[in-house]
Amino acid sequence: MLIKKPADIRPSEITTKDNYLNRRKFMQAAALAGGSLITADVLPAVIPDERRAKLEGVIASEYSTDEKPNSFMDVTTYNNYYEFGVRKEDPYRNSQDFEPTPWSVEVTGNAENTGTFALEDIVKPHTLEERIYRLRCVEAWSMVIPWVGIPLASIIKQFKPLSSAKYVVFETLHDPERMPGQKSRSLRWPYVEGLTIAEATNPLPILAVGVYGEVLPNQNGAPLRLIVPWKYGFKSIKGIVKIHFSERQPRTSWELAAPHEYGFYANVNPEVSHPRWSQARERRIGAEEGGGLQSLFSSAKQPTVMFNGYGEHVAHLYEGLNLRKNF
Amino acid sequence: MDTVRQIRFIWKPAVFLACLIPAFHAIGDVYGVTGNLGANPVENLQDRFGNWGLRFLIIALAVSPLRLGSGWNWPARFRRMLGLFAFFYVLMHFLTWLFLDQGLYLSAIAEDIVKRPFITIGFAAFLVLLALALTSTAGMRRRLGRRWQKLHNWVYVAAILGVWHYWWQVKLDASDPAIYAAALTALLIYRIWYRYKNPRKKSLPT
Repeated sequence: MLIKKPADIRPSEITTKDNYLNRRKFMQAAALAGGSLITADVLPAVIPDERRAKLEGVIASEYSTDEKPNSFMDVTTYNNYYEFGVRKEDPYRNSQDFEPTPWSVEVTGNAENTGTFALEDIVKPHTLEERIYRLRCVEAWSMVIPWVGIPLASIIKQFKPLSSAKYVVFETLHDPERMPGQKSRSLRWPYVEGLTIAEATNPLPILAVGVYGEVLPNQNGAPLRLIVPWKYGFKSIKGIVKIHFSERQPRTSWELAAPHEYGFYANVNPEVSHPRWSQARERRIGAEEGGGLQSLFSSAKQPTVMFNGYGEHVAHLYEGLNLRKNF
Repeated sequence: MDTVRQIRFIWKPAVFLACLIPAFHAIGDVYGVTGNLGANPVENLQDRFGNWGLRFLIIALAVSPLRLGSGWNWPARFRRMLGLFAFFYVLMHFLTWLFLDQGLYLSAIAEDIVKRPFITIGFAAFLVLLALALTSTAGMRRRLGRRWQKLHNWVYVAAILGVWHYWWQVKLDASDPAIYAAALTALLIYRIWYRYKNPRKKSLPT
């Protein structure tokens, strides 16, 4: 049966050409002003205009890759965020009514500066950086994404962890009314992730508040998410409401769901297969403009690189650790 | 027109075209006419062909219960076509995997078939369906005689392997494969019940 799908773009959402060109000029000017910053050039139909806002004062970072980023469309329409449903299109379809403001983060555990902080107060003391990172999903696909955020190490310093804090544990908001995917028991809620303190204070991880120079869309983990580029995507927890400094290694959500398939470390590693599929290669996501058969055949898989290519920055963290056992 | 001719010249071509709609829809999506394939086009095609393969398999398996339950004879005339469409969509699913997903990277293909159990059983289901498709002609049926029916009972094995293959590859949420599993279980229970009620017949007439 042919079922006609409603068009993604409502006529009222289509920008007039003048506006579009103005916007382009504005974006180009902004890009010039900010160095080589990437901007969301294509107006996506998936996010209402009132939810979109440009972030100011973003600086470029030496840690960015020069690989071509995925389109804003790819980044905002294809991802996993089980809080809004288990399918790749569920996050953008089911998250547009989510209200990410006001937002506060509860900081607990072995640190001097604990308490509940408004998100603005956590972000304010820092300069926003654009970090164009590769993202490798445990499902053997990957993207390149221009995140905007703050080095996690700087934020952690702000809370003054004690020497007894060996791990940093993160929790996602648990509110089934606002996150409809939590009505299903696909995972145990709230979503929990964690890093060792050495991993968390490495210069690579960031707490992201934006992507493509704009505030983080709901489907990508608004208003605050973690990015750990050398680990499988599920480590990069979204919608963070709690940061806990712990003496003990936490049981993370995917570890609890399938302990023989997903581990605490979850470092990208082409040599250690997932029990059900190989991790040796990955598909770089990206629908080519225009589609057609040509683009289908050009999307062959590419080899996966140890630590997702970030080994020079992070390999030393795992010296002496058996990565096959600690997958 | 008598019923036989009506079926042959009107209903069969109509059903044939209807069965091709998912294929045309896929082509339309590839070229951005009827929709699009989203951010991961290869996965999109592979999943939809696999799904249609399972759907047609279950529709084809429902033909005999429908015929026995209703007393109508005409559904039997569509069974081979429906079975062949199941094979067609499974073949498309297989070819998408082989050419687009794996890019004919032979060592990876061999490794997947041997080392990944969900791919092993999917491949086994494909081989069974291939054998059934190749022996689906009237000539082969005549030549194989009694053995033909025995061979074609393997369609249940293929369906069970197919649903299992789907169930095993999902990461966590098995609600979609569970629907196929439920339909298949219902069809199997009907067969067992039918045999129990008609103990004289050796097996379900087909």
